[in-house]
Amino acid sequence: MPSTEFEKIVLAGADDHDLTRLSEYERVGGYQSLRKALGMERQAVLDELLAAGLRGRGGAGFPMGRKASFVPKPEQTTKPIYLTINADESEPGTFKDREIMQRVPHRLIEGALITAYTIGSNHVFIYIRGEYLSEFEIVRAALAEARDRGLVGANVLGSGWNCTIVLHRGAGAYICGEETALLESLEGKRGQPRSKPPFPALQGLYASPTLINNVETIATVPPIIEKGGAWYAQFGVPNSAGTRVFSLSGNVANGGNYELPMGISLRELIYDIGGGIPDGRKLKAIIPGGSSTPVLTADDIDTALDFDAIGAAGSMLGSGAIIAIDDRACMVQLALRVAQFYQHESCGKCTPCREGTRWMVNIIEKVETGHAQQGDLDLLLSVCDRILGKCLCPLGDAAAMPVASYVDRFREEFQAHIDQGCCPFGDSSSLDRILSPVQQHARLLRELAVIA
Amino acid sequence: MTALYDEIQQVAAQYPQRRSAVIPALRLAQEAHGGWLPPAAFREVADALELTPAYCQSVASFYDMFQLEPVGKHMIEVCTNISCALVGAQATLEAFESELGIRAGETTPDGEFTLRTIECLGGCGWGTVVSCDHRYRHYVKPEDASRVVEELRHAEH
Ligand SMILES: Cc1cc2nc3c(=O)[nH]c(=O)nc-3n(C[C@H](O)[C@H](O)[C@H](O)COP(=O)(O)O)c2cc1C
Ligand code: FES
Repeated sequence: MPSTEFEKIVLAGADDHDLTRLSEYERVGGYQSLRKALGMERQAVLDELLAAGLRGRGGAGFPMGRKASFVPKPEQTTKPIYLTINADESEPGTFKDREIMQRVPHRLIEGALITAYTIGSNHVFIYIRGEYLSEFEIVRAALAEARDRGLVGANVLGSGWNCTIVLHRGAGAYICGEETALLESLEGKRGQPRSKPPFPALQGLYASPTLINNVETIATVPPIIEKGGAWYAQFGVPNSAGTRVFSLSGNVANGGNYELPMGISLRELIYDIGGGIPDGRKLKAIIPGGSSTPVLTADDIDTALDFDAIGAAGSMLGSGAIIAIDDRACMVQLALRVAQFYQHESCGKCTPCREGTRWMVNIIEKVETGHAQQGDLDLLLSVCDRILGKCLCPLGDAAAMPVASYVDRFREEFQAHIDQGCCPFGDSSSLDRILSPVQQHARLLRELAVIA
Repeated sequence: MTALYDEIQQVAAQYPQRRSAVIPALRLAQEAHGGWLPPAAFREVADALELTPAYCQSVASFYDMFQLEPVGKHMIEVCTNISCALVGAQATLEAFESELGIRAGETTPDGEFTLRTIECLGGCGWGTVVSCDHRYRHYVKPEDASRVVEELRHAEH
């Protein structure tokens, strides 16, 4: 595998050792970073995280150390301080946090402990998406081992510092990956986002100061503390320090997760590491950061996978999930399927998102089935525009941005549907007949209505 | 008090505020009621957490993994999100439909299987991903459907 030429940081050691076991994790230096951190001033630990330039891996890319520094110090607040780890991973195309939990659960736990110590928290919650049952079991077993060894709970490693970690399973709702919806859900409510401000750093879980970070972000903390922020900052490129566990999927020979330094190109990932496009097909489009990010075309193949380069190409690195799409796919069908997902997952709180995603689906459906009129593409773009930036949380944007990008980048293909009054692919598109959960529900409801 | 009541109390004790235990409690109640949440389940959860049944129902209805109608003994969920769709999820789904003689969203008349489509399960690089009784299978092809169904039919539940 060419990918082994690159040094791994988050998944380090997992190829040669069963790091789900505490003894094996300790053999590769596990929990030494926690020991080291507990002997440091909190501010000194934070300084290493700031020096590392580690940016959040959940989607928004916010600098981790900076967010941690927004949390009031224990002496500045009478409330408990919470650390909440986002393991809700549901952005289509993304499956890296799952692999991190499966293969290096102790690195996640160690990162959680160090981060909690740094912000003066004694309570960690890990919110794991409900479907990840096996991963929950692996993390639970690792946590039990760590607890038995005195690494979690009262008087961690004899330091006098206490820290509990609670695993909380979700129950199937993409929106609960959004940080304030996650907090609502964790408080036992429907997962509907809150308005910000107040930001979670000041008023998060139970209206107390709360730091929220993604699984991969947290699992990167132990190696940073072990070897120093300056060491970590050497990897990657300026403004995009370190490695990422990229999730590669779609029409590619070797789909999977690959931990690579940021700044590597799409070409290297898709062709050299991913083995290229199978069945002798041609690459048509690339989704670079999960299904909510604007699409790139095959011409963008030499773009580097870092925050700035992907941004300059007109998209976002998001969750680091790259989806390769070959020339069999009808882009109108792709747009429809993506819009259906966001319609299904809209929590219903904000009107532009709740109604707008439905409008998007209706218009794209008309385009696909040949019932659209001239002008409907502009109508679709204007619906997208009326969602963008007009909701409490970015779920509406997550639908509007990619859909608008499909129309922008593949306008001729959309237009051909309207001009020809049908899908030019006939039934030959790789996405033909795909049945989404919203369609399945709608069909069942229609049939119930007929029977009644 | 019932076993469910006691289990819910144990879970609730982990949280600074007991209401946080609603989702875990609903999951326990669903397991105790054969995979779905009848009205009695909401009363039990409400009673254990000092909430109202209506509140518990409103929470449950938000989340995809809570079933508000009876389901089959086995649950087969086929991901039809884009990465799986690009590598043939639709053909895989249709193979399960014909193997079971039902369509997505339905339960077999003998109550053995519920088949449904599901949004991205987080296994996109190894599609088509199918979750069978909440355990993932990867690279599921249409020709695997009959074997998967047979395995589940004979699995201990
Ligand atoms: C609709 C939506 C879904 C999200 N889903 C996830 C998710 O599944 N996992 C995640 O870590 N972040 C997700 N995020 C981002 C979180 O809101 C938050 O920014 C992130 O967890 C912060 O962690 P980080 O700074 O370490 O990246 C989502 C955001 C939105 C708007
Ligand atoms: S798209 Fe099927 S698992 Fe992600």
